[in-house]
Amino acid sequence: MSGSTTYQSPHTAVSNPPVTPVAAGFGEADLVRRSATSDLPPPQRQLTPVAKLIDVSKCIGCKACQSACIEWNDTHPDIGENHGIYDNPRDLTENMFTLMRFTEWVNPETDNLEWLIRKDGCMHCSDPGCLKACPAPGAIVQYTNGIVDFVHENCIGCGYCVKGCPFNIPRISKADHRSYKCTLCSDRVAVGQGPACAKACPTQAIVFGTKEDMKRHAEGRIADLKSRGYANAGLYDPPGVGGTHVMYVLHHNDRPSLYAGLPDNPRISPIVQTWKGVTKYVGLAAMGFLAAGSLIHGVFARPNRVTQEDDVHGEDLVEGKPVPPPKPETYGPGSGEHR
Amino acid sequence: MTNSWTDIKNADLVVVMGGNAAEAHPCGFKWVTEAKAHRGAKLIVVDPRYTRTASVSDYYAPIRQGSDIAFLNGLINYCITNDKVQWEYTKAYTNAAFIVKEGFGYQDGLFTGYDEEKRDYDRSTWDYEIGEDGFAKVDPTLQHPRCVWNLLKQHVSVYTPEMVSNICGTPKDKFLRVAEMIAETSAPNKVMTSMYALGWTQHSHGAQNIRAMAMLQLILGNIGLRGGGMNALRGHSNIQGLTDLGLMSHLLTGYLNMPSEAEPDYDTYMKSRQFKPLRPGQTSYWQNYSKFMVSFQKAMWGEVAAAENDWCYDYLSKLDVPAYDILRMFELMNQGRVNGYICQGFNPLMAVPDRAKVTSSLSKLKFLITMDPLETETARFWENHGEFNNVDTRSIQTEVIQLPTVCFAEDEGSLTNSGRWLQWFWPAATPPGEARPDTAIMAEILLRMRELYKKEGGAFPDPVLNLSWDYHNPREPEPEELAREINGRALVDLKDPADPSKVLVPAGKQVVNFSQLRDDGSTMCGCWIYSGNFNEAGNNMARRDNRDPSGLGTHAGWTFAWPLNRRTLYNGASADTQGRPWDPSRKLLEWDGTKWVSDDVPDIGVNAKPGEVQPFIMNQEGVSRLFARGLMRDGPFPAHLEPFESPVQNVFNRRMRGNPVGRIFESDVGRFGNADEFPFFATSYRLTEHFHYWTKHNRVNAALQPEFFVEISEELAALRGVTAGSWVRVWSKRGSVKARAVVTKRIRPLQCDGKTVHIVGVPIHWGFMGAARKGHSVNTLTMPVGEANIETPAVKAFLVNLEPTTAPGVQS
Repeated sequence: MSGSTTYQSPHTAVSNPPVTPVAAGFGEADLVRRSATSDLPPPQRQLTPVAKLIDVSKCIGCKACQSACIEWNDTHPDIGENHGIYDNPRDLTENMFTLMRFTEWVNPETDNLEWLIRKDGCMHCSDPGCLKACPAPGAIVQYTNGIVDFVHENCIGCGYCVKGCPFNIPRISKADHRSYKCTLCSDRVAVGQGPACAKACPTQAIVFGTKEDMKRHAEGRIADLKSRGYANAGLYDPPGVGGTHVMYVLHHNDRPSLYAGLPDNPRISPIVQTWKGVTKYVGLAAMGFLAAGSLIHGVFARPNRVTQEDDVHGEDLVEGKPVPPPKPETYGPGSGEHR
Repeated sequence: MTNSWTDIKNADLVVVMGGNAAEAHPCGFKWVTEAKAHRGAKLIVVDPRYTRTASVSDYYAPIRQGSDIAFLNGLINYCITNDKVQWEYTKAYTNAAFIVKEGFGYQDGLFTGYDEEKRDYDRSTWDYEIGEDGFAKVDPTLQHPRCVWNLLKQHVSVYTPEMVSNICGTPKDKFLRVAEMIAETSAPNKVMTSMYALGWTQHSHGAQNIRAMAMLQLILGNIGLRGGGMNALRGHSNIQGLTDLGLMSHLLTGYLNMPSEAEPDYDTYMKSRQFKPLRPGQTSYWQNYSKFMVSFQKAMWGEVAAAENDWCYDYLSKLDVPAYDILRMFELMNQGRVNGYICQGFNPLMAVPDRAKVTSSLSKLKFLITMDPLETETARFWENHGEFNNVDTRSIQTEVIQLPTVCFAEDEGSLTNSGRWLQWFWPAATPPGEARPDTAIMAEILLRMRELYKKEGGAFPDPVLNLSWDYHNPREPEPEELAREINGRALVDLKDPADPSKVLVPAGKQVVNFSQLRDDGSTMCGCWIYSGNFNEAGNNMARRDNRDPSGLGTHAGWTFAWPLNRRTLYNGASADTQGRPWDPSRKLLEWDGTKWVSDDVPDIGVNAKPGEVQPFIMNQEGVSRLFARGLMRDGPFPAHLEPFESPVQNVFNRRMRGNPVGRIFESDVGRFGNADEFPFFATSYRLTEHFHYWTKHNRVNAALQPEFFVEISEELAALRGVTAGSWVRVWSKRGSVKARAVVTKRIRPLQCDGKTVHIVGVPIHWGFMGAARKGHSVNTLTMPVGEANIETPAVKAFLVNLEPTTAPGVQS
């Protein structure tokens, strides 16, 4: 790379990033969506869409990506226990944005064992359910290059993003009550670097570049897999969420759910869609009803996660009206009773 | 490695057996994914477990640990039976045609000359017939009944697919599929690489495991070619450097031998090291032995080393045993015959088999010095950590002195990787606290010992007092000074023997490489095979030119590879007997009518004519050895041997236990269990999340694999009533551990010799120090057995029992 100081989006699967400092290549002005914000000015330019491609067939499950993710984001996952499997930590957490999930599967056609190892994490949907579900203005944003990012200082920790995510990715921190997930290393990408996980991957199972380049790269990989007998090899770029900016090459693209429950056909939860589309009463009632027995039960059980204020402004959120900022003493990390 | 990491991308077929490259060498494994992605290469994994390497393989076959020789001999038999042999290569470049002495034989699992009392062979019949001309007799037609080829054919004929399946537990169809894929590489333009590691070396017959694959690679014509070779994946970033620099008790530097008691003087020592060629016109490069030996002695003792005193030969220790290997050291410690121990960058309480014995041995020391950047378990062996280190501290009188060292990232120097590349590195961080470089600590010890010798005298202070120590700062030799010493220099003007008026190297200048070394005291060199690393051109190890004009991964301008910057060993065998590359698309060497042309450094005289001078220049024969003569203690051919603890008997000799010449100390004889008491068959290994016992000190690695566990099949779990994630107790004749149970489809019971063999996988990595959860250690369970040739601990196969239990610290 030359000594250029202007931002260039990485263009190839294995591009060498610049070594000289560059100014941030995108920012506020490049937002295409902002949660609970109706008056977002339209972006003045369209960035080249980027994507991370995870070739499951080249992945050796070494967890270098997890390690790099921890180091770059300076998180502190707990030193847990062995649960009888290789997955560690046991699940995504506010301190572990990406996770190798291991599945042992005996292929009924060949009777051979296959150890399917999938790097789980945010898929950066083109149509992001988390962002749509989010009632906090500016807590979730999407750039024109496709990156979906969480802006933690705007997060109210309500957990709607968890419900809105078709991939079950965001995790709410018990320490600061804010939601966390993979940022696609937006801070690195903004200065012309690829994500930390891609940089650390020893087999180039994780590559990063423009979405078009990644799709082309995937074609070559799929042809190779087909030549090795994987007739259903293919690219996972699910249309139900408008495509994703994290894509997989799968040996068995006809059955994504083999890979630790990767959704076969992910869609934004109808509740979120309904909430967005119909009246607040129907929408919020439905959410409340479902939540009672669901994963997010805890979210509602905690008084300050979704306050009355949220309910009051829920309608405004749906209608796209501006919502006053949350009162800090109600939402902030110092609020006490749920520590 | 015969080849380099980058060369693996040239393979058509990669066989990972006796190793787990993706997990233990993930960064090097990238070259396998390159070969797969760009050449369409296939990957075969043969392992008792379906590993993470297997998860990206094209074909996986299970095998019972320790039975690799049967599998490999079966492959050789398959290739011979099905005429899948690279004939031109085998006839020209191996000793297939050499005639073996009358009297050599093999019966009931034993070669001729076995002495049960001594547990050793008389190897006198394991040799060639020598003609009146002093050369070995050969029959190029391969008709002679005692030529190596016919003996080999006979030797492997019992290893039928049925026999292999019966011994190894590999289903016959899976063995045959592997054999078919491997046999295809007998075509001159198809190349297979073998990637192996401690899964082969850490057996009582470890060296023979490797030999068996090397022999297969030879008859397939895959040695010396791009994408081929025998590639030992070293388990540590500089363990290749350790052996190269002679940090083994029976070696000096560069694989020169430590003298033995039978060699009291230099002439006797050299008499058995003449290395006269066994065939006319062959190179037999070890004929230069004395040049390297004398230059080494000059590097050690400088001007004191002179012709009159045999270059201070008397200063060198003389071994009274084959080696003072790690097992012997702990045996002697346990007997009270070793009273002090310096433990540099080593954690034997975790790393040495039979931990109870190690604890007992360390407890008998007067002093233990550890030099390490980490708080090792060894340094804390005296400290009670509940059931994780249940010692009676008050009864231990050993004084422990911990000397903190810098870690690799805080140091400068070179690391030698598996591919023999000496890669210079620079410090990336400032060492913490009182940490000092190992060289500085050793210098201080030497200088203070010298003072004591000077003051108080001693029995034989000369080697210490006269040790050459002419460093700029004697208290802290600089890495570059040491590297220059290793390269060697002229001590007087080196004149051209052909033209004495010409000075080749002026006095005081670095030699270009070891070809300029002499045995008249005019040169010095710390380690001949490294010579060329730091000559007058500068620090060649620091070179970082990664251009590769051929596109074939040679990278000749990247750092420095020993010997002579040669990237592929035996590369003379990459061309046929006319000097034409076997595969023009992967050309390595080519004869242009007068000389060899290559982007690598030819491993043969540059003007040595093809067809006349053979490419295995280090061997007296000039060719490679399918028959090892008497050079291996346990046989000139590999033969199936069971581990000392095994669930089944040796089918060739049911009386025989383990390797008949494997090393066991008298005091350990009672420490072996039998299958009736310990019905399950365990193996030990490393996980990709960790590096040995280091990374458990790192909170990131600790989070990724936090806790000690064992892996068992669903069948064994059902048999013992174990559920995934629950606690199990695993015990052997030597000790007992508690671990979490990982219940997996990746381990399956095997059918061997009519028995169901259940395998228990036990990873290393946990101990009672560091960030990860405290855990028991695998070497509580393993056996104190030394490999027959090199005394490597045989820790890859041992018997255990297993039952459900409660968590550590909880009463059941």
